[in-house]
Amino acid sequence: MYSPPEQSQASPGRAAEPTSPEERAFQARIDAGIKIEPKDWMPDGYRKTLIRQISQHAHSEWVGQLPEGNWITRAPTLRRKAILLAKVQDEGGHALYLYSAAETLGVSREQMVADLHAGKAKYSSIFNYPTLTWADVGAIGWLVDAAAIINQIPLCRCSYGPYARAMVRICKEESFHVRQGYDIMLALCRGTPEQKAMAQDALNRWWWPALMMHGPRDAESVHSEQSARWKIKLYSNDELRQRWVDQTVPQAEFLGLTIPDPKLKWNPERGHYDFGEPDWDEFWNVLKGNGPCNRERLQARRKAWEEGAWVREAALAYAAKRAQRERKRA
Amino acid sequence: MNDWPLWEIFIRSQHGLSHKHVGSLHAADGEMAIKHARDVYTRRNEGVSIWAVKASDIVASSPGDKEALFESANNKIYRHPTFYEVPEGVKNM
Repeated sequence: MYSPPEQSQASPGRAAEPTSPEERAFQARIDAGIKIEPKDWMPDGYRKTLIRQISQHAHSEWVGQLPEGNWITRAPTLRRKAILLAKVQDEGGHALYLYSAAETLGVSREQMVADLHAGKAKYSSIFNYPTLTWADVGAIGWLVDAAAIINQIPLCRCSYGPYARAMVRICKEESFHVRQGYDIMLALCRGTPEQKAMAQDALNRWWWPALMMHGPRDAESVHSEQSARWKIKLYSNDELRQRWVDQTVPQAEFLGLTIPDPKLKWNPERGHYDFGEPDWDEFWNVLKGNGPCNRERLQARRKAWEEGAWVREAALAYAAKRAQRERKRA
Repeated sequence: MNDWPLWEIFIRSQHGLSHKHVGSLHAADGEMAIKHARDVYTRRNEGVSIWAVKASDIVASSPGDKEALFESANNKIYRHPTFYEVPEGVKNM
């Protein structure tokens, strides 16, 4: 599902001019559109920024399984259940592609998992909101996965080869996610008044968190300049947010739903929708760990990891025993 | 407890192409690597055959050897058909 476009406050800051010959050659390669591959020389800052960005993205996919997983056993029909299972499985797959891409930069899977569980690593703030009704599953696919696609399509062209390749796979699978979400919303909006009200309620609750998902306003975003030069961030948070609003509003109109923003209005001069400011205090607060579900999400991840430990250990012991037997036989 | 070993996964698609690298994953042994590869890399009929190779068994060229390995091919443009001028009137070549 989805990547947090720079939802963290700490770190490098402004773009530094490349100084050493290696750095200049590195920047020249990026400017020429040549991909950087795992064994190539790269500045420490590039490596560190990418490890943070890719692992945050992976964690978001991984934790993102939880809000929707909440509804698998209660999906309204067998068809919806099969679809939701496939979608949640995709999210797990996306996390795995991304963890692998991050590992090519020299960080271990174990370390990334440990950082997530210790609360040191971030993931997208959106997954710290609860899924209260079935309509929330529709709203997530429609709004959150669409926001993800808008952010991820440009990343297919980012400078780091393994990350770009993971993004290509993910984007191919992501449009299924959006369509199944919209399909759920469509069914509810064509249903009884109660069902339509449920869809409206989900939109009311997810609109603002989804708007914030694109990250802080450009003026507040600390990584952008350097990341843009390194081509690991190709559009600014505000550009991506605007694109998402512009494409989502007509889709909401088709459903007959109302966007919960009194300031939302088409601006013919700009050729874009104007919209209101979300509550940024809430955004920073959720990011700091105080959202409605932060604790529950991390607890669920830790529980799964700890309770699966014996399986991981047993599999290794079994593999070692079999390898030993084969050696003896040889 | 340590991570399971890393495996590189290669998939052959249905259209008669050779196996192609698709990514990597962790698994305790080869059999599990194939099962995981099926779940991670072939959820949409991407392939009909999987190779799993332990990442530590792969010998790779180093970026520093790029010139020594590949530069000489750059000087041999006569290896490409476009090097040769085919006179007008000569057909099927």
